[in-house]
Amino acid sequence: MEKIKSLADLRKIREEAREKLDLRVKGDNPEGLVQVKVAMATCGIASGAKPIMEFFVEELDKRGIAAVVTQTGCMGYCYAEPTVEVQLPGREPVVYGFVDRKRADEIIEKYIKNGELVEGIIPVNYEKID
Amino acid sequence: MHLLVCGGTGCRASESSLIVESLKREIEEKGLSNEVQVITTGCFGFCEKGPVVKVMPDNTFYVHVKPEDAAVIVAEHVIKGRPVHRLLYVDPVSKEAVNDSKHMGFYRKQIRIALRNCGFINPENIDEYIARDGYAALGKCIGELTAADVIDIMKKSGLRGRGGAGFPTGLKWEIASKNKADQKYVVCNADEGDPGAFMDRSVLEGDPHSVLEAMAICGYATGASRGLIYIRAEYPLAIQRLKIAIDQARGYGLLGQNILGTSFSFDIELRYGAGAFVCGEETALIHSMEGQRGEPTNKPPFPAESGFLGLPTNVNNVETFANVPVIINKGWEWFSSIGTEKSKGTKVFALAGKINNVGLIEVPMGITLREIIFEIGGGIKNGKKFKAVQTGGPSGGCLTEEHLDTPIDFDNLVAAGSMMGSGGMIVMDEDDCMVSIAKFFLEFTVEESCGKCAPCRIGNKRLHELLTHITKGNGTMADLDRLRNMCNVIKDTSLCGLGQTSPNPVLSTMNNFWDEYVAHVTEKRCPAGQCRDLMKYSIIVDKCVGCTACARACPVNAITGERKEPHFIDQDKCIKCGACFEKCKFGAVLIN
Repeated sequence: MEKIKSLADLRKIREEAREKLDLRVKGDNPEGLVQVKVAMATCGIASGAKPIMEFFVEELDKRGIAAVVTQTGCMGYCYAEPTVEVQLPGREPVVYGFVDRKRADEIIEKYIKNGELVEGIIPVNYEKID
Repeated sequence: MHLLVCGGTGCRASESSLIVESLKREIEEKGLSNEVQVITTGCFGFCEKGPVVKVMPDNTFYVHVKPEDAAVIVAEHVIKGRPVHRLLYVDPVSKEAVNDSKHMGFYRKQIRIALRNCGFINPENIDEYIARDGYAALGKCIGELTAADVIDIMKKSGLRGRGGAGFPTGLKWEIASKNKADQKYVVCNADEGDPGAFMDRSVLEGDPHSVLEAMAICGYATGASRGLIYIRAEYPLAIQRLKIAIDQARGYGLLGQNILGTSFSFDIELRYGAGAFVCGEETALIHSMEGQRGEPTNKPPFPAESGFLGLPTNVNNVETFANVPVIINKGWEWFSSIGTEKSKGTKVFALAGKINNVGLIEVPMGITLREIIFEIGGGIKNGKKFKAVQTGGPSGGCLTEEHLDTPIDFDNLVAAGSMMGSGGMIVMDEDDCMVSIAKFFLEFTVEESCGKCAPCRIGNKRLHELLTHITKGNGTMADLDRLRNMCNVIKDTSLCGLGQTSPNPVLSTMNNFWDEYVAHVTEKRCPAGQCRDLMKYSIIVDKCVGCTACARACPVNAITGERKEPHFIDQDKCIKCGACFEKCKFGAVLIN
């Protein structure tokens, strides 16, 4: 890792990183990557988020879908863990709750492949500041 | 097109599954199955207006939908593209129908400032934090602002400590900055100990860099070059993510010597706590970090004068720190525009207990308990009646229905007999016995009292004994007086915040649920039916057919009676295990 020596350097890194994150912010990424975020705070992990994350990583790869699977913190829907947010290119993100292997499989087969929503959606009820 | 139908408990109770069926049938009949999908979703949280149907992508939000409305929705909205006006949500203030759910007040109730990155970025990747303006606030402070400027911004923002006491953060920083010393410290209090509370853990697990950045800013403002995070060892994941974050920040030179090419240097280390509740008190926390017993000492001297190793130390809570970078980036004017007159910004609450949507929420100060519990929290589990909500953890108080519309901020909660605390919120329903609840919280404080001062060590133990006495049906009215007196003495004479607040659950339940205490004492009856010792099992002679099932189930042979004759329970022998009640097929066993 190279040290950041000035505020200008920091801004440069921010712009670069922002481009990467933009995929998630705007969802209009040119390569058409699917973004899958698994909530991996203690609550999520305790309810089995780890195997679900592994499942997504392995299965998306096996099924030849270009996707980025990342972990993130608590989304706040602790009653519905494990929760997974899926964002298809150019679309608003959708949060799924109570994701087990079966539902994960459904999400890949139906939602990610065909854009068909599947059961288990949690409507987002908060606003994030930017 | 997607039709989302709420499948939460509330909407399901009002026949939302029938709506799904009718919608599917209508769509099939019209031959639209390929274009339109009907999906059952999780709870929209707007149970009051359920059943709810949302049409995507245009975000149209229909409320109080009945199964017979399915035909209209399909014919009008799906085919002709015209919203069905009579089913739209009507704004209670403007009386206008709202088309787009994004404009509904309800969905704007949560604002995420401290949790802005939780559930959004990967906490183990510093670049993602930087992309979200991470470390820009630190850069701005050390590059463009003086220490006094930073303190001024913090003071004007009106941010108050989120650990519980609500002390103004800017003022705290100013005091620490004015004390002269060669070495000063910034300490982050991550000793989150309230049962059922996990706000700080979530911030550290989901956005560790925001805390690191804020500590560095605090170091710059107060003149400290070293930071310590006191975190309990029971938070292994938070510790792991913090370690990764510290390594990455050091790698980028955002912690360490000469940050961003300036003369400012700051570094952070972790200190582990063994999980004692009292170590959340700042003097006890500092002693624990010094390797001494985690016991509090008198204030003054405040840590800002003489803290870690006797040097000036500024202690702030995790959530407080998480607010700091945003305030610097977006300005104090923005922050102080949110919240109430004396409590600015937002507060994170861990919503738990008998509530549908258990989880973590961040709401602006001034929101009411009703909005939190019934709108965001989705109401009480299993359709039961709301009874009380405990705010502020074991040191807080129970608030009742009459407080539901009080705007929540630091001062209003204290006025109502509770406190903000660190943000635990435990909801109770009609089945909870308030005397037992007070006893439960006291059990916790008795165990966690460090034992240094007598009022807390002995007094809480005595309180607990008295409450046990009452729940066993041995209490008298004189005991209730003694209980109240002792509470007041403990509050007045304890050394630290733990003892000064531990009687709160007892006092607030006595104030709000006096009848329940009296029922336990005079009638020897527990209105909620929770106190086992006050229950009495008896057999209704008319209903008993003499099948002997209960007598055979009774582990202490307390039930006697001839076959085909009514049976009797010997109250002296009965241990109130309830086995007879479960066994009886004729409903002949009565509990009072």
